[in-house]
Amino acid sequence: MGVVADSTPVVSSPAAEVESPWRRVASEFVRSRLAVAGLVLLAIAVVLALAAPWLSPQNPYDLAQLDVMDSKLPPGASASATSRTYWLGTDDQGRDMLSGILYGLRISLTVGVTSTVIALAIGLALGLTAAYFGGWADAAIMRLADIQLSFPSILIALILLAILGQGVDKIIVALVTVQWAYYARTVRSAAMVERQKEYVEAARALALSRMRIVFRHLLPNCMPPLIVVATVQVAHAISLEATLSFLGLGLPITEPSLGLLIANGYQYLLSGKYWISFYPGVALLLTIVAINLVADQLRDILNPRLRK
Amino acid sequence: MLAYAIRRLGQSAFVLVVMSFLVFIGVFAIGNPVELLVNPQADQVERDRAAAALGLDQPLATQYGTFLKRAASGDLGRSFVYNVPAIRLILERLPATLELALAATFLAVLMGIPLGLYAGLKPDSPFARGIMAGSILGFSLPTFWVGLVLIMVFSVQLGWLPPNGRGETVEVLGVPVSFLTRDGLAHLVMPALNLALFKLSLLVRLTRAGTREAVLQDYVKFARAKGLPMRRVIGVHVLKNILVPIVTVIGLELGSVIAFAIVTESIFAWPGTGKLLIDSINQLDRPVIVAYLLVIVTIFIAINFLVDVVYSVLDPRVRPGTAAAH
Repeated sequence: MGVVADSTPVVSSPAAEVESPWRRVASEFVRSRLAVAGLVLLAIAVVLALAAPWLSPQNPYDLAQLDVMDSKLPPGASASATSRTYWLGTDDQGRDMLSGILYGLRISLTVGVTSTVIALAIGLALGLTAAYFGGWADAAIMRLADIQLSFPSILIALILLAILGQGVDKIIVALVTVQWAYYARTVRSAAMVERQKEYVEAARALALSRMRIVFRHLLPNCMPPLIVVATVQVAHAISLEATLSFLGLGLPITEPSLGLLIANGYQYLLSGKYWISFYPGVALLLTIVAINLVADQLRDILNPRLRK
Repeated sequence: MLAYAIRRLGQSAFVLVVMSFLVFIGVFAIGNPVELLVNPQADQVERDRAAAALGLDQPLATQYGTFLKRAASGDLGRSFVYNVPAIRLILERLPATLELALAATFLAVLMGIPLGLYAGLKPDSPFARGIMAGSILGFSLPTFWVGLVLIMVFSVQLGWLPPNGRGETVEVLGVPVSFLTRDGLAHLVMPALNLALFKLSLLVRLTRAGTREAVLQDYVKFARAKGLPMRRVIGVHVLKNILVPIVTVIGLELGSVIAFAIVTESIFAWPGTGKLLIDSINQLDRPVIVAYLLVIVTIFIAINFLVDVVYSVLDPRVRPGTAAAH
């Protein structure tokens, strides 16, 4: 079923013996226009985030470049000293919102992806351990995951941040803590199914080492569901980080993510200065929706039950 | 049945002990407990006295025992900011949070089940597609941003609804509630809707999936073949069968609604426990943080316990023996 066992022959060209799994995923992915739109949107967001220092009109963290005279200008207003236009307006410190959003996107994506990768690695290791060794290790790891998943992630993250305090490293610790259990569960259930299969038995019969069986045979076949969970979790992590930062518990004010920008504009919302909160919110929303659209389509493609 | 409930109660007690231990470790053992528990403005003499009074020279196990004993008798320390017992602050704010959570759940059920039924009965109609697209959006939108947009539209632009506070309250059995006064209701609508949105999306999806499966079953075909009116088939045959999982989810999600109320309360300045928690974190009012965490964890464990027991009454398949497989 998985990557190794998939051997659908390509009918048209006899030269290509086996369709590569990546190509199959790609060809099925483009069938949904909505998913492609999501992927394009996500690609744009990633490029914007990576290129933020070169794209943004000003460095939003360099106080020398900020002009307090320009604070809280509406979108489209021009700067007092230069002829530059603030396309999305400015915040209370005279910071160009467009620049702030590009840098904020960079931080939000970095935190989301970093925490997901670390949580994936930890969850993978624990899930494989539980599935392969079973017994008390399995029981201990899975009970811990059960207990943790019975509490909402926001509550656990809040508890941790209340104890640890603010900072990029701390919020990553909190996000990893709330995420690892999802991966551990997913990889365990996938591995439990896979280890019953004949190729694992064959590998055992060949007297391959345990490490080799786990990492070269078991792991690649557990990847499809993990990829789906990881995609959903990146969106979840970004959303959670934004929420925590909005509540004032996530990132320090020196490195504003999108959530912190929204929080910063919140106090001016009631006086009608909507743009300080609204546009960072739109950027956050588009990023999350894009990731969810991609994840939805991946789930359909990689779900063996829906495969023809 | 009773045996199952008792065993489940044992599990709950175990989780409660584990969580209290984690909160204890987090607040008392990581970092300097004196810093955490003594007013930041206190001088050195006062700190030393506090350290001795707190029993910090004792071994960790003894400290934990003392902490548990005090917590069990309701003594979770005094708030630095308000100078009243922390537990009393939490209990005073709890009705507001519960009212908000229940109102949100009520809204989610009131809208989610009919919309989900419609989407399940006519999955290809444009309206049903609209509902499903809306539910994806409901999952994707961060709660706090929806709250901001609601305030922006209904308070700032249209001026229809008040942006913050709880409004006028009346006492029912000694508990102040908002939903019985016109002013209170106007204050309640937006926060409740904001908090309901995520659960609404969840309920729409659940109801739709259940309905789509149910209408293909033989008993529904038979009921229709008997010539029963569609209203009765849906209202009695379909709804009754999809309700068990839905009721379970509503129960389980009540806890998460209370947790997410932290966000909604902060946005709408709703004077509940969630806002108290955020304020306390910002003001370093540690005893209140600890009290909140222990109360909320207890509520959670109680809800999970009740839902599991009720579920096993409704659905005999999950009773003893098979409980482990579940």
